[in-house]
Amino acid sequence: MKKILTANISGGTKISGYEALKKTLSMRPEEVAFMVERSGLRGRGGGGFPAGLKWKFLPQNSRGTIYLICNADEGEPGTFKDRHIMEFDPHLLIEGMVIAAYAVGAKQGFIYLRGEYGWIAKFLPKAIDEAVREGLLGDNILGSGFSFYIDVFRGAGSYVCGEETALIESLEGKPGRPRLRPPFPGTNGLYGKPTLVHNVTTFSCIPFIIQNGPDAFKAASSTGRGGTKLFSISGHVNKPGLYEYPMGTSLRELIYEAAGGIKGGKELKAVIPGGLSTPILRADEIDVSMDFDTLAAVKTMLGSGGIIVMDETVSIPRVAQKAARFYAHESCGQCAPCREGTAMIKLLLDRMVNGQGEQDDLDQVMRLCRYINGSTICAFGYAVSLPIAAMIRKFRNEFEALLENR
Amino acid sequence: MKEELKDIINRLAERFPEKESALLPALCYLQNRDGYVSEEGMKSVAVILDLPEARVFSTASFYSMLNLKPEGKYIIQICTNVVCTLLTENPLLEYISNSLGIREGEVTPDGLFSIKEVECLGACGYAPAMHINEERYENLTFESVDEIIGSIRKSELI
Ligand SMILES: Cc1cc2nc3c(=O)[nH]c(=O)nc-3n(C[C@H](O)[C@H](O)[C@H](O)COP(=O)(O)O)c2cc1C
Ligand code: SF4
Ligand code: FES
Repeated sequence: MKKILTANISGGTKISGYEALKKTLSMRPEEVAFMVERSGLRGRGGGGFPAGLKWKFLPQNSRGTIYLICNADEGEPGTFKDRHIMEFDPHLLIEGMVIAAYAVGAKQGFIYLRGEYGWIAKFLPKAIDEAVREGLLGDNILGSGFSFYIDVFRGAGSYVCGEETALIESLEGKPGRPRLRPPFPGTNGLYGKPTLVHNVTTFSCIPFIIQNGPDAFKAASSTGRGGTKLFSISGHVNKPGLYEYPMGTSLRELIYEAAGGIKGGKELKAVIPGGLSTPILRADEIDVSMDFDTLAAVKTMLGSGGIIVMDETVSIPRVAQKAARFYAHESCGQCAPCREGTAMIKLLLDRMVNGQGEQDDLDQVMRLCRYINGSTICAFGYAVSLPIAAMIRKFRNEFEALLENR
Repeated sequence: MKEELKDIINRLAERFPEKESALLPALCYLQNRDGYVSEEGMKSVAVILDLPEARVFSTASFYSMLNLKPEGKYIIQICTNVVCTLLTENPLLEYISNSLGIREGEVTPDGLFSIKEVECLGACGYAPAMHINEERYENLTFESVDEIIGSIRKSELI
């Protein structure tokens, strides 16, 4: 199998590679952008938006300021991919950012690192300094006349700051509250300037694409679209961890082959396929190709690729309760449906799990999910309502049992 | 003291195209220095960065890692999100609370420890996980937790 993201790993922060950057600097910016567009690369932050299309929303051939931001806020429960790229191969990320900056004409970049990743905050700047020392970053990169700078900005604990407009607010020294769109960051981002935001893993795919071409990237997937994908697999499996597999690998293969199957020989009950915010799948639904389109067709999402595996001992209402607590805690509070809705859902699920639920509570939670869905400023609303509604729809009998046995 | 803070924050501000971006780093600096972000500290930051006090307060209170009151010298941050609690039979939070004799949000009488419940730490593959200040601990068991807390206590005796 072809590995894309680990292509440059050479242990620690030793510099190798940057071959893609050298090639980039011999091309025209629009040629670089065209290669990324043709590769079909889609954002790895959760939304799966086509990268090439996003770049087109930026001003083209402008002499004005354009900012580049790397979203390293990784807060989606079940997800730990960006962390490992930054730990084991920070130069892959740096190289990807420099290439993207060259293509879109950005001079200044920021890595917005989640506050909890303190150990990464210590050595990422060292990797940046190394790249600067080697002439791969900073003034006049490799004598090309192109200059680009990267600074690390540390968050301070907020899930919503992973949402790109909240992240921009946070970088501006404000509470991380998402902005109403339009305008989009592509025209009005950081300090009101055009801004391109990508996830760590998205940037890290770019060196491979430039070096080996868009077709090689497509060929690395099993669907002919979209390269490889990093899956962070956790929960009741024998070998939890981070795995790079072709986009489109089946969920069954990831659980039973990559992650070594269910721990302790127990039965599989359910899987959350792409981070806590993606709708749950039952054990009989895991013969599914893990790519954006197939998962959307079965009403869930690839999301961040955080696969949470649950065995037969897990109580789904308890998982729903934990999820609801998380969302109620992390809502930024700007939109009434999200603020009040998550608080109410948490209250109702708490009371159900504690054996004090009322008959109407389940329908009430479903009504609240519908009420939140689509009526909020940011996609946090979907992140709450879709997964909780799916847990109730697919495991309704477990919730009803709580109401009957109280 | 004031002059020194001014120098430090101004240096932070130089890294950014607009100095308002130095607000969060400045608040983190205060927390590192004092263990928490004091009201006096926030007022100084507002003056130095030329921002309204209300802006500084609202930013400081938004982020869960910023403490607006004194905490223990060691802040034990336990993940209680989905994966960490799937794998622990008895939640770590309860175990640590019992062993330290304090609840989440409280500080031990000797000022050494406080306990905080935190959201997913990005260690789900190595669950359960916690942080103590900036240190990260993964694949925890009750025994390893005892050991970690014990060795901190020992280091404090010297
Ligand atoms: C509530 C919420 C949380 C998010 N958290 C993250 C995150 O932690 N990391 C991330 O890369 N994207 C996150 N996103 C998606 C970003 O808004 C944005 O789409 C992404 O950074 C774009 O990068 P990409 O094009 O590379 O996917 C989040 C979105 C929402 C609505
Ligand atoms: S949906 Fe929730 S998190 Fe998003 S802006 Fe509204 S209140 Fe904030
Ligand atoms: S759920 Fe605890 S680290 Fe992710």
